[in-house]
Amino acid sequence: MVTSLTEALVVGPGIETHVRRRRRLSFRLGVWLSALLVVFVTVAAVDPSLLASGAPDTINLGHSFIAPSWSHLLGTDPSGRDVYTRVIYGARQSLVIGLLATLIAMVIAIILGVTAGLGGRWVDALINRFLEVLFAFPGLLLAFLFVAIFGTGVVTEVVAVAVGSAPGYARMIRGQVLAVKGSGYVEAAYALGHAPRRVISRQIVPNAMRPLVVLATMGVGQSIVWASSLSFLGLGVAPPSPEWGAMLDAGRDYTLQAWWLEIFPGLAIVLCTLAVTSLGRYFQQKLDGGIGA
Amino acid sequence: MPSLSTKVGLWTRHRMLRRLVGRVAGVVGVLFAVSTLTFLAAHLMPGDPALTILGGAGSHPTRVELLAIDRQYGFDKSLVVQYVTFTGHLLLGNLGTSYILKERVSTIIAQQMGPTFVLTIVSLVLSWVLAVGGTLLTARRNRYTSAFGSGAEIFVAGLPQYWLGIILMVVFAFRLRWFPVEGGTGVAGLVLPALTLAIPLAGFIGQVTRDEFSSVMEQPFVLSARTRGMGDTGVRVRHALRHSILPGITLSGWALGSLFSTAVIVEAVFARQGLGQVLVNAVSQRDIPVVIGVTLLVAVVYVVANLLVDLVYLVADPRLRSAG
Repeated sequence: MVTSLTEALVVGPGIETHVRRRRRLSFRLGVWLSALLVVFVTVAAVDPSLLASGAPDTINLGHSFIAPSWSHLLGTDPSGRDVYTRVIYGARQSLVIGLLATLIAMVIAIILGVTAGLGGRWVDALINRFLEVLFAFPGLLLAFLFVAIFGTGVVTEVVAVAVGSAPGYARMIRGQVLAVKGSGYVEAAYALGHAPRRVISRQIVPNAMRPLVVLATMGVGQSIVWASSLSFLGLGVAPPSPEWGAMLDAGRDYTLQAWWLEIFPGLAIVLCTLAVTSLGRYFQQKLDGGIGA
Repeated sequence: MPSLSTKVGLWTRHRMLRRLVGRVAGVVGVLFAVSTLTFLAAHLMPGDPALTILGGAGSHPTRVELLAIDRQYGFDKSLVVQYVTFTGHLLLGNLGTSYILKERVSTIIAQQMGPTFVLTIVSLVLSWVLAVGGTLLTARRNRYTSAFGSGAEIFVAGLPQYWLGIILMVVFAFRLRWFPVEGGTGVAGLVLPALTLAIPLAGFIGQVTRDEFSSVMEQPFVLSARTRGMGDTGVRVRHALRHSILPGITLSGWALGSLFSTAVIVEAVFARQGLGQVLVNAVSQRDIPVVIGVTLLVAVVYVVANLLVDLVYLVADPRLRSAG
């Protein structure tokens, strides 16, 4: 970091490590909280019955619109279903959609990016032009276009989010491949007489993929937000299901009487995204700073 | 020799002009490809557009009715003929007729564009005010203030717009009753939607501005300004701020496009009139001409905004003119 380096030059190394240690401590706390939250969400996604005793779709009209209390932590919805239970059960769908969308986006991006980076001038120019055209659409708009063409539904929602985010990743991967291709150790590998195929599979691709871990982690957060945006607009998962965006959509008409229907599923999305993103940032610092940071 | 310097001046100017022309040509090419891509994508669509026009899957039109529609809209022609017609019409500003509303797409867009445009511009300005204000107040202050500032920026940048919109609506419209709940097209009705769009964006712009601000504050010219006896506020506003908003300006081109598309969500939350409502309805009813029309408009805005940013940069930063 520029700041601490210059400070260190002025006031001496002692202060610098002191500041850094303090910063690391508060940073660590955030990372631990995020990790804890991710574990919690993962447990909810794998086996929701561990965290919630009821069923997400038990209708109990006598218990509709109960404000948050000890018996219903996050209140109940118009049909008397427990919001906490539904949020817990919704984790699976939201998480799976986010993960799948990121995975598909990454696969598309890796194919495009690696081909562009290694394919020579013409291939590179062609793919670059194609990406440039895709960049003319803001990502979310690309997702809308995709839904318009293939209709609403879970599968289109996942692919739409993937298509919307892939161009950005592809460009980054291409840059990464080009950077690695021109680096000293690749040149050295060629100089040692290794076959191009071997250099590509052993040196270029693995090294270009390394920053992807971070990219993918942060991508999951964005995918969850985009997917829930589509559901919220009624263009993705349909309301009876407890997916978080769909819950928000279903609660829209009751915002005035029952604010908890809108606040808590949204909070789930926000916290989940925030946790995933700050873990991504943590990995990034680890990668950038190497052993020292 | 005076002639040498004028020659150099002309030469650089000429070179700048060439770059400029190149950029504009590139943009025209991209927009042409964009329209082709949307056309092809729309024609990959599974299902019969004639059926959509006649009322969707629930209706049972006769073969004769379907054929009549096919002829009226030109679906019976080959893809190439349809493409040429589409492009020709596009060049004349004709975006076709809505399948559902049976109205010209250009008319629909012209009617609904105003509120969305106002919302987008107001949000962009507002987010700049918030970002610059936040940076000036919190960057490079004591540790806790700076930490609070950058933490808030990260948090706010990650907020999904629809949720932020709902929160603002619940707090300020339902509880405090400061602003109308929805629908208002006046200034009061604009406040909450604009804030909803501006706050997350301010987080993004703020992060970039803050980074740059912090590194500029380390520069020798800042130190020399201080030794000349300039106060802290003066240094921040007159020296550091100017440099630190440059990367944010680059972001603004991207921001304008993404604001335009996230405005769709915010308009849905606040039940505001605008292109967003038009687009969401068109997407869910698969009203392809309207989807294409709105998409192309947003793409044009996005690409042109980025072009303008580049041009502003060329004018503002002399270092870029000579480079490559």
